[in-house]
Amino acid sequence: MNQLSRRQIAWRAAQDIRDGAYVNLGIGLPTLVSDFIPKDREVVLHSENGILGMGPAPKKGEEDPDLINAGKGLTTLIPGGAFFHHNDAFLMIRGGHIDIALLGAYEVSEKGDLANWTVEDPSTPPGVGGAMDLAAGAKEIRILLEHNTKEGAPRIRKQCQYPLTAPGVVKRIYTNLAVIDVTPDGLVAREIVQGLDFAGLQDKTEARLMLANDWRMLEAPAV
Amino acid sequence: MIDKQVKNVTEAVSGIKDGSTLLFAGFGAVGEPVELIQALLDSGARDLTVVCNNSGTGEVGLAKLIKERRVTKLVCSFPRTSDSHCFEEAFAEGAIELELVPQGTMSERMRAAGAGIAGFYTKTSAGTKLAAGKETREFDGKTYVLEKPLKGDVALIKALKADRWGNLVYRKSARNFNPVMAMAADLTIAQVKEIVPLGALDPEIIVTPSIFVDRIVEVGQ
Repeated sequence: MNQLSRRQIAWRAAQDIRDGAYVNLGIGLPTLVSDFIPKDREVVLHSENGILGMGPAPKKGEEDPDLINAGKGLTTLIPGGAFFHHNDAFLMIRGGHIDIALLGAYEVSEKGDLANWTVEDPSTPPGVGGAMDLAAGAKEIRILLEHNTKEGAPRIRKQCQYPLTAPGVVKRIYTNLAVIDVTPDGLVAREIVQGLDFAGLQDKTEARLMLANDWRMLEAPAV
Repeated sequence: MIDKQVKNVTEAVSGIKDGSTLLFAGFGAVGEPVELIQALLDSGARDLTVVCNNSGTGEVGLAKLIKERRVTKLVCSFPRTSDSHCFEEAFAEGAIELELVPQGTMSERMRAAGAGIAGFYTKTSAGTKLAAGKETREFDGKTYVLEKPLKGDVALIKALKADRWGNLVYRKSARNFNPVMAMAADLTIAQVKEIVPLGALDPEIIVTPSIFVDRIVEVGQ
């Protein structure tokens, strides 16, 4: 089975970002997407701490301690970029000005419910950050996640086991095995990796899947 | 004559009472008014409620204030960051109360406090545990959550430059929560790298107008 690496999941998600889109990338796997946006498309990356036009990580010697991303790593600004304060950053999110938010998740349900802020581990304090604002406010939510946990448990579920970030918001899911759309009729598998058939994909998924009539092979270059 | 400059950080934080609610700006360590927080620590103020996006890093600033058990409650969106052990230890001991607030809601609640808005409805957190116990209302078929203003007795903020009136400009992503906190407290204290003559700041690029600022102190780098 030719399952995708984490970088290949990010590559696949990047191919669906249209020219001119304003996009927020969540911490973790979604952050990798910025490396793979096709060169012929102009995409403006938003960061919750007050940046539009975020660029790649700085080159050695060009680091600026006052220029960080949502994960608090050093970043850069591209020509055309702008700084603004937190209220405007979240006004953009909540007001529906962000075209696409690409987020990580612990679980997604068949109704598009998203759980990505807490696993309710009593030994560590919870954190929510901007997750609920993005989930409720961006025009379209797309999720990148590993299809199963390290123990093999499904993460695409009938109902989320973990507390919700927002109900019914996810539109598309990219995993190491498939690309799946959340539709009013349920989950539709659009692409599946080579060497895994639909029944095999269903076995690794708790929620019931449908197979798109025009489904195709999920492939990504070595990246 | 208006002159909001004070001589040093000790004078800047003078008069902050035990039990106060304090707004600390910054996103992680960027834009955090570390020198003012250190002066507050030295002042001995305690039983504080602190509103801050994170919980401090290492053992400086907010982290040190928490380590010394001077903060009884933290209002915060993301308390667990790299090296937030001071908060995590206090939390595990039950020595600090945590009110977890979505980041945009936290920011908007402070804006409401500064803008004279008694409450607002937001989609954020609708249908989640963080909306438990809060009033909700349907608008155009969608559920919104009622959120109340978040006001500080004192805001400690950081900017790049000020003039003696307290007009402020910032640097890059160090702006973050500073402008909204400046408008949401009874007393706003700003530490700046440099104080410039009145009129030297281009009025077209002033981010925080002086009306929101009460004291300014130059701390250099």
